[in-house]
Amino acid sequence: MSLRIVVTVKYVPDATGDRHFADDLTVDRDDVDGLLSELDEYAVEQALQISENSDDDVEITVLTVGPEDAKDALRKALSMGADKAIHVEDDDIHGTDAIGTSLILAKAIEKAGYDLVVSGMASTDGTMGVVPALLAERLGVPQVTLLSEVSVEDGTVKGRRDGDAASENLEASLPAVVSVTDQSGEARYPSFKGIMAAKKKPVESWDLSDLDLEAEEVGLEGAYTTVDNAAERPARTAGTIVKDEGEGGKQLAEFLAGQKFI
Amino acid sequence: MAEVLVYVDHVDGAVRKPTLELLTLARRVGEPVAVALGAGAADTAATLAEHGAVKVLTHEAAEYADYLVVPKVDALQAAVAEVSPAAVLVPSSAEGKEIAARLALRLGSGIITDAVDLEAGDEGPVATQSVFAASFTTKSRVSKGTPVITVKPNSAAVEAAPAAGAVEALSVSFSAQATGTKVTGRTPRESTGRPELTEAAIVVSGGRGVNGAENFAIIESLADSLGAAVGASRAAVDAGWYPHTNQVGQTGKSVSPQLYIASGISGAIQHRAGMQTSKTIVAINKDAEAPIFDLVDYGVVGDLFDVVPALTEEIKTRKG
Ligand SMILES: Cc1cc2nc3c(=O)[nH]c(=O)nc-3n(C[C@H](O)[C@H](O)[C@H](O)COP(=O)(O)OP(=O)(O)OC[C@H]3O[C@@H](n4cnc5c(N)ncnc54)[C@H](O)[C@@H]3O)c2cc1C
Ligand SMILES: Nc1ncnc2c1ncn2[C@@H]1O[C@H](COP(=O)(O)O)[C@@H](O)[C@H]1O
Repeated sequence: MSLRIVVTVKYVPDATGDRHFADDLTVDRDDVDGLLSELDEYAVEQALQISENSDDDVEITVLTVGPEDAKDALRKALSMGADKAIHVEDDDIHGTDAIGTSLILAKAIEKAGYDLVVSGMASTDGTMGVVPALLAERLGVPQVTLLSEVSVEDGTVKGRRDGDAASENLEASLPAVVSVTDQSGEARYPSFKGIMAAKKKPVESWDLSDLDLEAEEVGLEGAYTTVDNAAERPARTAGTIVKDEGEGGKQLAEFLAGQKFI
Repeated sequence: MAEVLVYVDHVDGAVRKPTLELLTLARRVGEPVAVALGAGAADTAATLAEHGAVKVLTHEAAEYADYLVVPKVDALQAAVAEVSPAAVLVPSSAEGKEIAARLALRLGSGIITDAVDLEAGDEGPVATQSVFAASFTTKSRVSKGTPVITVKPNSAAVEAAPAAGAVEALSVSFSAQATGTKVTGRTPRESTGRPELTEAAIVVSGGRGVNGAENFAIIESLADSLGAAVGASRAAVDAGWYPHTNQVGQTGKSVSPQLYIASGISGAIQHRAGMQTSKTIVAINKDAEAPIFDLVDYGVVGDLFDVVPALTEEIKTRKG
């Protein structure tokens, strides 16, 4: 038996950098250094663990939709141990929203062939956390999402989803779409050997025509949502800062009382 | 006036507060029609009517508890077909966002998640979002199809606005996908007796500076003196000192209380992402250079093991 896993990974602006919007109100991806979204490292890690725990012949493909630099994200995932990579890149993709991104990803996943899709819980720039559910809807397969624990055996995926009200055990037959949280286990660091090996691993490039998609279906023009305005949040006005010299607790209580919290 | 669908988050008929906040926002855009699903659905009607629901569409079936997400999408889709609403509003929980996304796709609509405010506009509802760890505020709208918008807790005040709230049974036929993901077990979370983190008016959080699970008792005592919820930084959660359900930040809960008190938390960007929109922010940290002090209305540079118990004592004394 063989098991084909596609891991969706996003190249995002570094959260500790000075993130901002470009003139067209899309996320500026040029001025801020990018990287493989930390939350997608957990997805790569779980795919690798599924592979390591499997008797099947497992092939892990990492897939990204993003600009030229997004290759860095693929390279990192390959150096962690993924087998091959697909980069969907096209000038017309600029400004695509979640609905459009899920369309491109779904087409690419179908073209690549899959038994299991593994995604991160959310991207660190958009933080919507909706793409995995959208992929399941588009592909017409079960969604087994937001897992803090996942395993695959005999064509069945099982996992634990820790929700607000309860912790749930979930089960579905493959093919399926899974997403994993940052509670699923630390992601490994690429080894030197892994980094060297990654250089020889295949990275395919596809554009919209390879996926039978038209420019109007995606991009800023095709978007289902419009951002009319983006404003930097005014810096909070400097507060009062006191040094505790024995009275800090009392002083703080005084402040809270003044604000009617006590 | 156009109708607006509001998805009801409830536990066995007890409506959770974020849904009542949604009704406040829904009334700015149209007439709220609530959709309540699963066990106890009809029991939600009185509360929903009190807060402005003109109608409550209900459907009970075992599928809502036995399978993940999709049965609820099927039901909302049926409700949209029946009502033809001007917008669909869903509480921004992890599940709420997934339901909303799949619904939007089926409707050929756009989706906006995590709105913190909503107002009527010439081209449909305008949603305010707080992005890039709350360093930017955006205004957006859905430009195709019926707007589907998820709204964060604490985005509006709960208001009484009595309406008819007539209960109507919704007819739902489940899709082939509905039974795809089976819920084979469920362990309900034990109640701590404290307010829900995302709904609380006051949140008291501890970080790496708390230095041990046993020391969280002093954070809890402060929280209890104020009737607050307890939060934790990821460093404290990863160390195993406090449960992940209490984590505040990018990969935990996003909170927006009236008052946020951070003790022994440095204020990393991922932590800020979940608390920066709090109305009043207070921090206790022994490092005067900690970035959390850039956010505070009031900060105490000092050892939390001195300051927090002293504060708790003083609050108890003042409250008598
Ligand atoms: C993808 C990603 C997602 C993340 N998501 C989250 C998230 O959701 N939530 C989150 O919180 N973090 C998150 N983080 C982690 C974040 O980057 C920080 O590592 C974390 O917030 C640090 O927690 P802390 O402030 O408790 O610890 P530290 O940064 O170590 O700060 C501890 C502070 O305690 C102070 N201190 C120590 N002892 C005392 C004392 N006795 N009295 C007073 N003060 C004292 C110190 O001066 C210091 O400022 C995420 C990181 C990544 C990469
Ligand atoms: N452009 C993209 N390329 C590849 N994967 C993506 C992309 N955008 C989102 N994803 C995947 O979907 C998950 C959730 O993203 P989001 O819904 O944007 O928060 C991420 O963790 C990724 O696994």
